[in-house]
Amino acid sequence: MVQEMAHPFSKYLRAEMMPHIWCTGCGNGVVLNCFAHALDELQFDLDKLVVVSGIGCIGRTAGYINADSFHTTHGRALAFGTGVKLANPELEVMVISGDGDLFAIGGNHFIHAARRNIGIKVLCANNLNYGMTGGQQGPTTPLESITTTSPYGNIEHPFNLVHLAAASGATYVARWTTLHVRRLTQSIKRMLQKKGFCFIEVLSPCPEIYGRYNKMRSGLEMMGWFRKASVIDSFSDPSKAEITPERIAVGEFVDVEKLSYERMLHEKISKINEEAMEKVS
Amino acid sequence: MLKAKNILTGAHFLNGDVACAEAALVAGCRFFAGYPITPATEIAETLSMRMPELGGIYVQMEDEIASIAAVIGASYSGLKAMTATSGPGFSLMQENIGLAVMTEAPCVIVDVMRAGPSTGQPTIPGQQDVMQAKWGSHGDYGIIALTPSSVQEMFDLTVEAFNLSETYRVPTLLMADEIVGHMWEKVVIPPMDKVRIVNRKKPSVSPEEYKPFLPDDDLVPPMACFGEGYHFHATGLTHNESGYPRTSSAEDQTRLVNRLCDKIQKNADKIVRVEEVMLDDADVAVVAYGIVARAALSAIKKAREKGIKAGLLRLITLWPFPEEHVAKVAQHVRAIAVPEMNCGQLVREVERAAKETPVTFLSKLGEEPHTPTEILDAIRRAA
Repeated sequence: MVQEMAHPFSKYLRAEMMPHIWCTGCGNGVVLNCFAHALDELQFDLDKLVVVSGIGCIGRTAGYINADSFHTTHGRALAFGTGVKLANPELEVMVISGDGDLFAIGGNHFIHAARRNIGIKVLCANNLNYGMTGGQQGPTTPLESITTTSPYGNIEHPFNLVHLAAASGATYVARWTTLHVRRLTQSIKRMLQKKGFCFIEVLSPCPEIYGRYNKMRSGLEMMGWFRKASVIDSFSDPSKAEITPERIAVGEFVDVEKLSYERMLHEKISKINEEAMEKVS
Repeated sequence: MLKAKNILTGAHFLNGDVACAEAALVAGCRFFAGYPITPATEIAETLSMRMPELGGIYVQMEDEIASIAAVIGASYSGLKAMTATSGPGFSLMQENIGLAVMTEAPCVIVDVMRAGPSTGQPTIPGQQDVMQAKWGSHGDYGIIALTPSSVQEMFDLTVEAFNLSETYRVPTLLMADEIVGHMWEKVVIPPMDKVRIVNRKKPSVSPEEYKPFLPDDDLVPPMACFGEGYHFHATGLTHNESGYPRTSSAEDQTRLVNRLCDKIQKNADKIVRVEEVMLDDADVAVVAYGIVARAALSAIKKAREKGIKAGLLRLITLWPFPEEHVAKVAQHVRAIAVPEMNCGQLVREVERAAKETPVTFLSKLGEEPHTPTEILDAIRRAA
């Protein structure tokens, strides 16, 4: 007899949205799984969670999580999330999106959200290229990588995302790969317990597209690269944490406390509102 | 009661931008996100001062794209939300205006129109964005756009814009011009209990039964907001009534896009407002809107003094276009004159509705709108 078993995380997922759209060997499922684990370990109140994403493969995550969710236009998840968080600071706004969405078309929103220190938590799946459109070079594509729009090798220097996030003012910055599932889960939990702007980059394999052009044709081969090159180097200088074929510095890079934008704003509003009411009463 | 007092009930001498800001507060707007731009900046400046007094939020975003995105987010968090801009910013907002249309997010966008294209003439009035208001974002959709001719109307129509936006779950545009925005006039702000305020429909079913895009008979779905326990999904992708993506279903695409158009077009008789002046016996009608309609009013009065039976159809709603009103006028007059501060935009809609009745167009670009004499000359030629 085959027994029907409920998925242990079915309460966090929308069954009607399955199967997901992701390719074999893609790391996005691992990112989603780690996020669900973190929610479960924290017994997180799903009524308080809003998942926001932009466009791209990982952008579909918003539709898969059984909380309030919104799938915005390309690059605008953080700007949309800013409105959500300010209008209702009780909500936990979780932006789950990709490297192209957050750092090319949405790059301006990222640096300003971090600068304001708005309490949005960003989980970025970095697959080193534009996967959904078929593998074009993007803001994180390594130098000399072959993609469908850098057929002779990429000559643009990639962003070092943890350095960018730290320099822009994020209060929590970490980088892991989909190999580091337990550490990633712990990092997401840490992020969900913090108040200010937080950023986690997860290197996520894209073997079907990025890997295919760069001599790593399977998920296993890409994970092999992560395993070989990853070095846990927590609280080291994020400016020295560039991703190279030989070395992927992972770990937590920043964990500081700073008053969040929404707290400063709402404290000001309360004070001004009270004074205005006294004036008219 | 205290909150009502904090609304500036009474007679004031204000400019249009400030009147718009005060009207937003009266309408219940408690979220403004914007980016400075001439000639709309005074709306942001006023609200940065006034929002906190009423417990509302002012946030200055990094650009207009972010501003409209934040407004949609705040709307989904349950607040009445708005932004204000001018041509260049309005262009930047277009993609997310489409997102607001697709996700049926109530919000108000004020465009204080200056002279374009591009950076154009920032301090000079224009009416060059009126077609962009209808067609600016890609794809087919219905939208509502209102246009004020006075500072009092800047106030009244801002309130109306919020009410329409909440009623139909559609971004509603207030298409003002630089003169109405910067002109100072008397404005009467009524007591709160005399202002009609509309709030969005809320779901009457349990979260388990709730379908976020299942419309009622009026074609508008009730709206749950984030944090209310409904656990719903919204997306800019074509979606079914449950809100889930349907990216290759002809049936879902047809049903959704038709409803987004129909919920405005089939309710047009409830939305559209015009002002008719001396049209009953008119031989010549002027169809005008915004500040130009003020000059047109003087022109028809001067024409009457000279024995020409002229009347004015002043458009208060631009979109949905007051087609039936124009058609009715066209049946009774010999000719129609349309003055606009552009190279001929809404005149195309007038021509379409007027059918056989000849339509004359008067363009005016640059520093001033048409003078009454210029419009009178057109009336004379048409008569």
